[in-house]
Amino acid sequence: MKRRRFALCLLALVVVLSSGCRGGRSRNELTLAGSTSIQPFADKWAEVFMASHLGLGVDVQGGGSSAGIQACKSGACQIGMSSRELKGEEKDLTAIVIARDGLAIIVHPSNPVRGLKVAEVKQVFSGDITDWKTLGGPDKRITVVTREEGSGTRGAFQELVMGKTRIFRGAITEDSNGTVREIVTHDPAAIGFISLGLVNSQVRALALDGAEANDENIGNGSYRLVRPFLFVSRGEPTGLAKQFVDFVLSDEGQALVKEEGLLPIR
Amino acid sequence: MDGTAKKRGGTRLERNDRLVRLALLVVAFSAVSVLLVITVFIVGQGTPIMFRYGFKSFLAGTSWYPSEKLFGLWPMIVGSLFVTAGALVIGVPFGLSCAVVLTEFSSKRVRGIIKPIIELLAGIPSVVYGFMGVIILVPFIRNTFGGPGLSVLAAAIILGVMILPTIISISVDSLQAVPPSYREGSIALGATRWQTVKMVLFPAARSGIIASIILGMGRAVGETMATIMVAGNAAEVPRSLLAPVRTLTSNVALEMSYATGEHREALFATGVVLFVIIMVLNTIANATSAKRRKQP
Repeated sequence: MKRRRFALCLLALVVVLSSGCRGGRSRNELTLAGSTSIQPFADKWAEVFMASHLGLGVDVQGGGSSAGIQACKSGACQIGMSSRELKGEEKDLTAIVIARDGLAIIVHPSNPVRGLKVAEVKQVFSGDITDWKTLGGPDKRITVVTREEGSGTRGAFQELVMGKTRIFRGAITEDSNGTVREIVTHDPAAIGFISLGLVNSQVRALALDGAEANDENIGNGSYRLVRPFLFVSRGEPTGLAKQFVDFVLSDEGQALVKEEGLLPIR
Repeated sequence: MDGTAKKRGGTRLERNDRLVRLALLVVAFSAVSVLLVITVFIVGQGTPIMFRYGFKSFLAGTSWYPSEKLFGLWPMIVGSLFVTAGALVIGVPFGLSCAVVLTEFSSKRVRGIIKPIIELLAGIPSVVYGFMGVIILVPFIRNTFGGPGLSVLAAAIILGVMILPTIISISVDSLQAVPPSYREGSIALGATRWQTVKMVLFPAARSGIIASIILGMGRAVGETMATIMVAGNAAEVPRSLLAPVRTLTSNVALEMSYATGEHREALFATGVVLFVIIMVLNTIANATSAKRRKQP
């Protein structure tokens, strides 16, 4: 009998707790959802924000840009995170640029090709140029590495470089920035694209249209492959959401952006 | 309570018996119901989009561009078949010869050491196989044969190794199940041991060996992690052994994280196709092993 009562209490407790998690988004709780490219930075902001604002909770979830925008539209979260521009009917949401991210075209460090025109990159990824020789490199077939359909990074690359042209079917497809970098690190004939903040010494970022991929060239607009990181909300953010956005846009928040390898908005 | 139980003609023990039987039945059916739920869910999520776009464009379409509403699964279907066939070409000869050596040409002691080791091979997680493939096999293929290294060949070799334990252990079992009198009779007629293996043991153990191959095939078709890591995942029908390839399982695993709307449904449709393929393979395996039981 005693045991049964204990079990009942436990059950009641579980029910109460879980309902608290689900429905009880109190005024002290902010939910962000969306792009997995922004997620790690949002986690960082949330951590610092919560340390200085005791009693407030910020919950950061992934799911991808499109899912985040949808969640924001339906009210499942107050702020959606998007690593691409809003399109079509998404445009009735308010978008705030919170940081920018460069897109680097990377090759193996041993590759003599130091820079390409954006048009050439486009031809490589559409499968029209298949050999490094055409681009002034060694006589090797190009290994083209791309990201999977639905990825925000691929979406940005498609928009900034490819336009309406398709990435050709034979391109090797990987599901993270890390794996793309890994392949390019080991294959002397590979070319791929990743977030500029993730370029390390084992790969080389190509100069595009004569502009090296660095903060300065992005600042003066000569390096063109830049995508915005957005927070989206229904109408202007209010209350806790506004507090958080203001924090992210403050000098402190933007300093964190720089620390983590992104480009601040100012 | 006691009265009704007695009226039904049961003592307490018999009543307990009935209760236990009922409880076991419920548990047993919960396992079956999981399969049912999965089937209903996958089919429910995956088939509407196939009807909307037509089965032909789904199964025979060669372009997979979900963002442009092009959902051709043909490259992935062919990819799965190529990779699986490659795995069998590598796994079957090695597996069968290993099984023959273990049952016919080695002492009990050697068998006692080697068989558990091979079974241990089945316990290695597929990520580890994939990792080994990426670190050792892929660079090797790239440097020796050219191409990106991530290829049909790499996937086939890795999967071929992965299905070895399945093929070996079931083949060993069915070779051992051949009655000793067959062996003795053959040797007595003056056949060599190899002739005995080739002309007596293989035919006698045929259905068991076929079942082992089909189970290995099922494993190869369903393997995901290792394939994603070494196959390169290009959604195109591979033109050579050295070209990258995408399988049905990789297609789902690769794109599920960001897929929404119709793209997500198309991934479920991929699951339906895979489900049908696996079902067919399992049915064949069951049919062959049933035939084996009927044999004298």
